[in-house]
Amino acid sequence: MSDTYEKPRPVIDDGTRPFWDAAREHRLSIPHCRSCGQSHFYPRELCPHCHSDDLEWSDVSGKGEIYSFTVARKPAGPVFADDVPYVIAMIALDEGPRMLTNIVTPDVEQVAIGDRVTVRYDDVAPDLTLPKFTLDKD
Amino acid sequence: MTMAREAVIVGAGDVPLEDGKVVGGGSVLQVQARAAKAALDDARLSMGDVDGLLVAGLWGVPGPGILPSVTLGEYLGIIPRFADTTNIGGSAFEAHVAHAAMAIEKGYCDVALIVYGSTQRSERSRTLGGRPSVLTMQFENVWGIPQPVGGYAMAARRHMHEFGTTEEQLAEIAVATRAWASLNPAATMRDPITIDDVMTSTPIADPLKRLDCCLVTDGAGAIVMTTAENARAHGAKAIHLRGYGEAHTHWSIGAMPDLARLTAAEIASRNAFEMAGISHDAVDIVECYDSFTITVLMTLEALGFCKPGEGGAFVSGQRTAPGGAFPLNTNGGGLSYCHPGMYGMFLLVEAVRQLRGEAGDRQVSGVNTALVHGTGGTLSSGATVILANN
Repeated sequence: MSDTYEKPRPVIDDGTRPFWDAAREHRLSIPHCRSCGQSHFYPRELCPHCHSDDLEWSDVSGKGEIYSFTVARKPAGPVFADDVPYVIAMIALDEGPRMLTNIVTPDVEQVAIGDRVTVRYDDVAPDLTLPKFTLDKD
Repeated sequence: MTMAREAVIVGAGDVPLEDGKVVGGGSVLQVQARAAKAALDDARLSMGDVDGLLVAGLWGVPGPGILPSVTLGEYLGIIPRFADTTNIGGSAFEAHVAHAAMAIEKGYCDVALIVYGSTQRSERSRTLGGRPSVLTMQFENVWGIPQPVGGYAMAARRHMHEFGTTEEQLAEIAVATRAWASLNPAATMRDPITIDDVMTSTPIADPLKRLDCCLVTDGAGAIVMTTAENARAHGAKAIHLRGYGEAHTHWSIGAMPDLARLTAAEIASRNAFEMAGISHDAVDIVECYDSFTITVLMTLEALGFCKPGEGGAFVSGQRTAPGGAFPLNTNGGGLSYCHPGMYGMFLLVEAVRQLRGEAGDRQVSGVNTALVHGTGGTLSSGATVILANN
């Protein structure tokens, strides 16, 4: 863990703080709608499915599968240069919503759509934890 | 009895480019003024006639209040009574044509000027990757996703997974578009390329490679619209607007409804075809946004020229190249002609030139109806216009 983390940090706001606070406690928490029963991500004030405001934060399993992904062969700026090649993936959580993240794997060439994944918390700074994912087949 | 006002396009203009840079240089305000003058000269109208100004761009006075139409109106010395700064990404200008038409037909303005300009290549200032990690972007930037190519790459990967689309099929689009560019003296990249050239170009974000990606250039263009009656009075050649539509679905790639389908383009084009009352067979040429090869493939499916999943077969065998069955992006597109940040303006300029028979070596014969479709953001927005010369 380093307190000199140089990659982009989320500018956390009132609407997103519960998600980032939970991540720091190694929990994956996303909004769940008591009106239509669906979860969503990223967190919003109104359910994007039924537009109700009857929402609650709910811990989810941290399991899902890869909906799509890309292997970055060129970095998104100099701070990511040492990571190339790295995987950015869109995970379909078992609870429904999709979430952008990184796949941490020793072999980026074996990542495939449909792969089962599990959350792994990366404490990148004392005040910031990023929920990344690993392949269950790794 | 008063005839209903019909809005038409009467002018199109751009500024000369050399190696992707504006010839003679210039600030982002200067290049827009030159493009505006070129389009007004083309329309046989003057700047003093303009009472509607439609602007979208990535420029502006920094800090609170980026007010592009107010800034540009002042610079041009005009007092618009109608302004529209709708910015839905690179498709904004197709939406502006629709909005200007509604304003003109309602009598809210008489002469509308739509302008875009960028000097990003000369200034080495392309900064789309530098979106701050605030609001919705806090859930994108932290992962190091290269913007915007990473989102397009994930869409391409999903399309391949669902439909068996191949990288070679995407390469067909880059090769055909370059063949069109070789016929356009203004194009930045004119040397022919092969599918193998695309396949072996530098990997950027799998499965997209350098030659799947649009250029980074300067550019400025403008469109002038007025009433059909005014066009006749000035002896200007009118291009008619038969239909239009627009939609947007997401800004965060994580919120795109379906990564293998271009939902915004489906909605926009359905509206445009219904308004025009024509079938796909009646369209002679298509000018569609080609930020990346995958953009084109997904757009052709969404516009309904082929079924979902059939885009790969549709573009194979160089069907969209000069002499092919389906003339597409006849100026060489964003892939090979120019891509100054928001490319949608240049789709319109090319469609007008083709409809007037003014496209030189790349002129397609028998063009009476053109479909123009812009895509903005990361497959976020779509706007369609259907234009005709009769």
